[in-house]
Amino acid sequence: MATYDWLFSTLGLKEWCGQNKDSGPLSMADLLAKSKGQDAEPQSLWDLPFPSMDALNESCDAFPQSRDLTKGLEQGFLEVKDSLSLVLDPLTQPLSWFLDGSLYVMLNTPWWIVIPVMLAVVFLVSKSWKLVAFVAFSIGLLAFIDYYEYAMQTLAIIFVCAFLCVLLGVPIGIAMARNDWLQRSTIPVLDMLQTLPPFVYLIPLIFLFSVTESKLYGIAIILYAIVPVVRLTDLGIRLVDKEVIEAADAFGMTPRQKLFKVQIPLALPNIMAGVNQTIMMSLAMVVIASLVSAPGLGVLVLRGIRNLELGVGLVSGLGIVLLAVILDRVTKASLARVNSAQKQ
Amino acid sequence: MAKNVKIAIRNLYKIFGPEPDAALEHVKQGASKAGLQDEHGHVLGLKDINVDVHEGEVTVIMGLSGSGKSTLIRHLNRLIEPTTGEILFDGEDVLALGEDGLRALRRQKMSMVFQKFALLPHKTVLENAGMSWEISGQGREAYEEEARKWLARVGLEGSEEQYPHQLSGGMQQRVGIARALVSNSPVMLMDEAFSALDPLIRSDMQDLLLELQGELHKTIVFITHDLDEALKLADHLVILKDGEVVQQGDPQSILLQPNDPYIVDFISDINRARVLRVRSVMEPVKDGESFAGDVLETDNLETVLAKSGGDVSQVFRVVRNGQPVGRLAMTELTKALVPTAGSEARVS
Repeated sequence: MATYDWLFSTLGLKEWCGQNKDSGPLSMADLLAKSKGQDAEPQSLWDLPFPSMDALNESCDAFPQSRDLTKGLEQGFLEVKDSLSLVLDPLTQPLSWFLDGSLYVMLNTPWWIVIPVMLAVVFLVSKSWKLVAFVAFSIGLLAFIDYYEYAMQTLAIIFVCAFLCVLLGVPIGIAMARNDWLQRSTIPVLDMLQTLPPFVYLIPLIFLFSVTESKLYGIAIILYAIVPVVRLTDLGIRLVDKEVIEAADAFGMTPRQKLFKVQIPLALPNIMAGVNQTIMMSLAMVVIASLVSAPGLGVLVLRGIRNLELGVGLVSGLGIVLLAVILDRVTKASLARVNSAQKQ
Repeated sequence: MAKNVKIAIRNLYKIFGPEPDAALEHVKQGASKAGLQDEHGHVLGLKDINVDVHEGEVTVIMGLSGSGKSTLIRHLNRLIEPTTGEILFDGEDVLALGEDGLRALRRQKMSMVFQKFALLPHKTVLENAGMSWEISGQGREAYEEEARKWLARVGLEGSEEQYPHQLSGGMQQRVGIARALVSNSPVMLMDEAFSALDPLIRSDMQDLLLELQGELHKTIVFITHDLDEALKLADHLVILKDGEVVQQGDPQSILLQPNDPYIVDFISDINRARVLRVRSVMEPVKDGESFAGDVLETDNLETVLAKSGGDVSQVFRVVRNGQPVGRLAMTELTKALVPTAGSEARVS
């Protein structure tokens, strides 16, 4: 006899409950209770269990246990998995090509070409010699301690993923800014992507794609890092001065002209702030993604944890910090240039 | 007046709220602005507006904030859609225009100057001035000459390559005016264009506008809450209160014959001698009279007072283009300066 027997008898469900007496495997708790021989003695009100799935199952075998829920979810996912990956696989294939291509180029171009090209790009976007010197020093340091290859792998992945985030995120943000319904329905998804522990969405991805494919970690990084650029594009466009929009209307701009000549240029500081955040978040994720075979400094961090190699872990961790500082400073410098060109 | 009616506003109503058509019935049955808001939850923006905007004139729409003046000007180029009514531009119904027609109207026929300038912060002064050309798909080389000409005309020579944030408020509004002029549209809508500027600059800008208007004879609709500004600029003055026209007409005649306590209140604080002009108080010429001197028809009474040196027995001859058109006795002038009833009550 269990606590909630009365519930099923008053509902007249006794018969339905008795249908499958041979219920599923015993849980550990059941087993312990049985071995101690203290099955279903009368309880005081103090011990009244919450009418949870497991408690109800004790009174009625046909009632599902809570582990059936997680099991069902898994079963359901496995059932749609094949058809899902049939669609997603070709759709995301280009991501694998981008990542592999970018890694190949970064690693197979000699360092005396890669480093100057990078420095030139830094100068182009920031116009600051000080920053160029800092970047040269940092990369030189990483190369000097033989972490050049790992650092370049990490950078290659971030470039591809951040680029794709901007490519997808900015249009999504624009669409959200123009349509209140879309904004209302997208924000919960963004909230979820941002707060879900990053490890959690690695799990379904592992089921969907083969771990040897680079798009697995590519997707994980993009899902995690796309949020800020979408949010800030939406915000930036919504914050554009109403009077300027009115002026654009009054002079007869088409909606398209308004978007490209007024809204996007005026939202650019916010969009750039979003790009900066997106890059920083992809750096955070690329480390975690080393769990699913993403190459780069994250692999060394993982090695440090697995083999308790304190030195390797610390140095690669500091290497990641160095990369983060570089990426942050460079994007902030270009953001500052955009800002100074159009402060009001 | 023999001038063409450029824009005619007929029976225009605007009601803000979820069901404006239902609320319109209540308004037509006589619901007041406050009543409509309390009982039906709708805001009465404009009520039965009928205004003719004449070609080549400055029509000033004046009212306090909340009187619906900004709403009214936005109906002219349909930045706001009316609940019911007609707006005729050169006899053509603006409300019947499709999207393309409306866009063409905004690009070619009407330009607008805004209270907070509304310039594009990421474009240079020159590019801002040429905005209307750029919108219709023409490049910098097409508009550069025109834009430079008008920028120089409003006193911005040498600032063409600067960005708006590098300019002061007054200079930014000069860019706003140049932008409207460069578009070559016959109608200019000015929404509290000078209200954000400090008094000295504002006065400069009013002079600039009058000077430009003297050459260009555009049709200007000007919104303001400032009576002095309205009287200085207006050829035709429309006074709005709570979304209704209280009085409209020649500003001088409104000043001399206000028909509403609201207007009396309004005009009680102004310097009548500076605002009233000789032509409003002069009389027909009598034969064989001797005059103390000549005054211009457009002089204000303050000038005449200064000329007379305070001697109230003098009579002046009024001339227009050198021809005598009337006489002005100082006794008549003094009568015109007597404040209206409302202001007397306030003084005592």
